[in-house]
Amino acid sequence: MIVAIASGKGGTGKTTVAVNLALSLSGDVQLLDCDVEAPNAHLFLQAEPAGHEVVGIPVPEVDGDLCNQCGECSRLCQYNAIAVLGTSVVVFPELCHGCGGCALVCPENAIREVMRPIGVVEEGHARNVHLVQGRLYVGEALVPPLIREVRAKGHEEGMVLIDAPPGTSCSMIAAVRGSDFVVLVTEPTPFGLNDLALAVETVRTLGIPFGVVINRAGSGDDRVKEYCAAESLEILLEIPDDRRIAEAYARGLTLVDAIPDIRPLFASLAAQIEALPPITAERPAEKSLAHVRP
Amino acid sequence: MSGRDSLSTSLPIAGAQAMHARVPELVVISGKGGTGKTSVVASFAELAHDVVVADCDVDAADLHLVLAPEILESHLFVSGHEAVIRQADCDSSGTCKAVCRFDAVMEIERPRGFVIDPLACEGCGVCVELCPSRAIDFPERTCGEWFLSTTRMGPLVHARLGIAAENSGKLVSIVRNEARNAAAANGSSMILVDGPPGIGCPVIAAVTGAAGVLVVTEPTVSGAHDMERVLELAAHFQIPAAVCVNRWDINPEGAESIEARARNHGAAIVGRIRYDAVVTRAQVAGRAVVELGGGAADDIRTVWDHVQRWMEG
Repeated sequence: MIVAIASGKGGTGKTTVAVNLALSLSGDVQLLDCDVEAPNAHLFLQAEPAGHEVVGIPVPEVDGDLCNQCGECSRLCQYNAIAVLGTSVVVFPELCHGCGGCALVCPENAIREVMRPIGVVEEGHARNVHLVQGRLYVGEALVPPLIREVRAKGHEEGMVLIDAPPGTSCSMIAAVRGSDFVVLVTEPTPFGLNDLALAVETVRTLGIPFGVVINRAGSGDDRVKEYCAAESLEILLEIPDDRRIAEAYARGLTLVDAIPDIRPLFASLAAQIEALPPITAERPAEKSLAHVRP
Repeated sequence: MSGRDSLSTSLPIAGAQAMHARVPELVVISGKGGTGKTSVVASFAELAHDVVVADCDVDAADLHLVLAPEILESHLFVSGHEAVIRQADCDSSGTCKAVCRFDAVMEIERPRGFVIDPLACEGCGVCVELCPSRAIDFPERTCGEWFLSTTRMGPLVHARLGIAAENSGKLVSIVRNEARNAAAANGSSMILVDGPPGIGCPVIAAVTGAAGVLVVTEPTVSGAHDMERVLELAAHFQIPAAVCVNRWDINPEGAESIEARARNHGAAIVGRIRYDAVVTRAQVAGRAVVELGGGAADDIRTVWDHVQRWMEG
């Protein structure tokens, strides 16, 4: 069972829900922190490190002795990542998406692929949680390939939680696609509502069942609840607007540890997640690009 | 603010902009989402008198909820291509599935064949090129829309990225370019940019070549962690950075230490904003915090004064 925790708006409490849900589940759980631009779950779990791997994307390297500057590679490339300039071929690795097309179409077999590192995948353990997180190198633009590497570490069996990046663009899709259920975290404000509606549209497009968690319940207005009622969306949990929560979060404490009367809320969410119907549909396997290394 | 002048002259400036003196851009970012970027930008827009506002958080844009724009122009954002199999011509060779590195090709049972998941297609064209029966079309992809609007606080350029769309960085670049055109046309003194969260493609597109970035953070472990990543990003692109701690009184010692960490990264500290329920009330009312007044509004005014002085160097 793969459950993704997502939101349109940032800062609504995805990581809070993911970490506290993970700690409230009865068995072992894998938590994949796919917010590789701002990975935060480790700050709350303080996991014992258990592995570290540099990951990258395959980019072309041209053998100047074999290349005859025919230009087939640059004709195919949709990202302007390879170009014939005079008598040589220039590669712009930071523009390359790693599709491998240039190497396939090169009639002289002059292109081989080399890995360009874009970040690391780190693993660790804390209590019942096996944490896998991606960490994008600062200055790197291309996020989905690293997310796919984190996803590729996900177990086939058992419970897998995904902490997704905010938004509704390609990064969020890379994190959420192929999951069995999505928990959309929002807050009862106009910004929260606007971005929840975008996230709902996205998850519906993906065809994945989902429910809503309202964080800081009671702080804004009732429009999120009215929207959920109008759209027949299930509200899985409401986390109250409580200064103790904000203060515990600020210090890096988990709510289930710091505030005992919050525990039943996450226990109830955990019970709902554990009671989800078993998976029937086949899902796309996330494949790591590491295997294309020549 | 050292380095700003050399930056604005050394960066490539597209087309028409090269003819105008470049209007400085202040980009508000955070790393972590939900720290209050949009509330701060909306208030700055109210306090400033001659700015153009650009909402570069294109996949979860919220500024329009406060600025209530009247849209003057809307334009489709067409970017890249997507592969589409013509079922009638497909001979089920499976080549597309074999060559696709993005798991975008699905095998279907009835009728037996292949389809491409548009949400996963990266638009690389490799399947189009290698399909033995040439059965794959490669149309352009509409990835969203951008708008030029007028608001009670001045011109606003904003956008909406299509659901699950790619190329958010490119849309961010378009929004910034159009904001520069609007600023040149209006003789504006500054462009205020509401940036996206994170440090990846859209953030890089939002900050490169800007006069300065203001990092709005919060005194939490994640706020501090993500602030440091975004300050490293600003340093990487040699953009001067300032930091403002929002909701500082949730964790006063945390605010202290986050400011120390920011100084270590060479950032200027431009003030603190207290926790104040009026921030949410303003959002609910569709107003900027400074339009309602109160403690947080006073703090934001002070931060704006400091930011202006810092921008002037």
